[in-house]
Amino acid sequence: MSEYFQDYVAVAAFAGFGVLLVVLTLGITYLVRPSNPTQEKITTYECGVDAVGEGWNQTFIRYYVFGLLFVLFDVEAVFIFPWAISAEQLGLPGAIAIIVFILTLLEGLLYAVRKGVLKWE
Amino acid sequence: MILGLVFWFELAIKLAAAAAVVPLIGMVIGYGEMKLSAHMQSRVGPYFAGGRFGWAQLIADGIKFIQKEDIVPQEADRPVFKWAPALVMLGTMALLVVIPFHPSSDYGIVSDLDVGIFYALAISSVSTIGVLMAGWSSANKYSLMGGLRAAGQLIAYELPLVLATVGVVIQAGTMSMQGIVSAQVAQSWPFVLTQFVGFAIFMIATLAELTRLPFDMPIAESELVMGYVTEYSGFRFLFFFLAEFTNMFTMSVIAVTLFLGGYGFWGINPDSLLSPLIVFAKVGVLLFFMIWLRWTLPRLREDQLQTLAWKWLIPLAIANLIVTAVLKVVI
Repeated sequence: MSEYFQDYVAVAAFAGFGVLLVVLTLGITYLVRPSNPTQEKITTYECGVDAVGEGWNQTFIRYYVFGLLFVLFDVEAVFIFPWAISAEQLGLPGAIAIIVFILTLLEGLLYAVRKGVLKWE
Repeated sequence: MILGLVFWFELAIKLAAAAAVVPLIGMVIGYGEMKLSAHMQSRVGPYFAGGRFGWAQLIADGIKFIQKEDIVPQEADRPVFKWAPALVMLGTMALLVVIPFHPSSDYGIVSDLDVGIFYALAISSVSTIGVLMAGWSSANKYSLMGGLRAAGQLIAYELPLVLATVGVVIQAGTMSMQGIVSAQVAQSWPFVLTQFVGFAIFMIATLAELTRLPFDMPIAESELVMGYVTEYSGFRFLFFFLAEFTNMFTMSVIAVTLFLGGYGFWGINPDSLLSPLIVFAKVGVLLFFMIWLRWTLPRLREDQLQTLAWKWLIPLAIANLIVTAVLKVVI
């Protein structure tokens, strides 16, 4: 049973190490770096002039639509991989099933393209 | 669940190796990029640091960064702003777990996960969250635009990247990185010969995932100052670049593993100690192409970028996938 967890421990150790690297390095450099935040330094950078309005502005809704499209196809990929491994055993019926599945989702992309999601005005 | 002492010892050595190798990779690629870029533009590049060829330039840069003040803007969302580089590094380090250098399961790879390539594609998306965090928390219009562009770009090119690898998985019949390499070694030719469409899509998508030219809109200097890293300074700033260089390396190793036969090479026993050198040589070629492309192609426009991904690369990747599947089943 304990062998089973080795992969998880290795992944967790490396992921944790990435965070630790940042925390440690910043902790060590804290000892040598200056800290003198004057008002000019900590104001929002906008090419030298005073910042206009808020930093968190209204932005393009289009990115949100891409997010939705992405979820559609990323979930598709999750289903494709298990089939891809055993493509040989499943044979032609499996291939036809997955092709129908992919084409169904591709229709969603076609709809989005025809609707003009990719046209920027 | 007490794991053996040997396991912990090996894990400690691998972590120490990663800690030593990551900054080294950053320096080698950074220096290589400076020098190659310079020569492609008829400049000399780094010259004085270290006496000859400016070899110590990146070390000097590192020492300079240590002394730099860590500025957090007044308006920024402090905790999110501070943790964003840590999340980017988390994705970068976790990606190192599955890259194979040698057929040995003890020291050739950190951990040969059964879901190898799937894990790699999934964990590489974690950095996207870090980038979006950095862009959002800076409370700066340039950062916000850069962060959103990065998010839109990374998710759009994630799909061709994933779909292009499915072709390889179908051919190899496994997702394990070692398994994919040994499948290529066993048939003694790399998958790029049959999956050349997949390889092309994979490399284009990789460039976009790494936000390198011609896909560097998220940090487009001429429009967005520095995009999502505009407000960062000192070591936090450096970590974004360390992550970018390390990811360049890791994604190249993944491309080599999937398409170019990994540590396999005709006439060389994969069990020999030359294997890591073969990987590094192949990676070096890919890295050179990445730097070369940077000075060859102009930056795309944001809508061209999205059109390329959604209208061309994704349908092409799916077509490639279907053809591979049909050929695999029929033949």
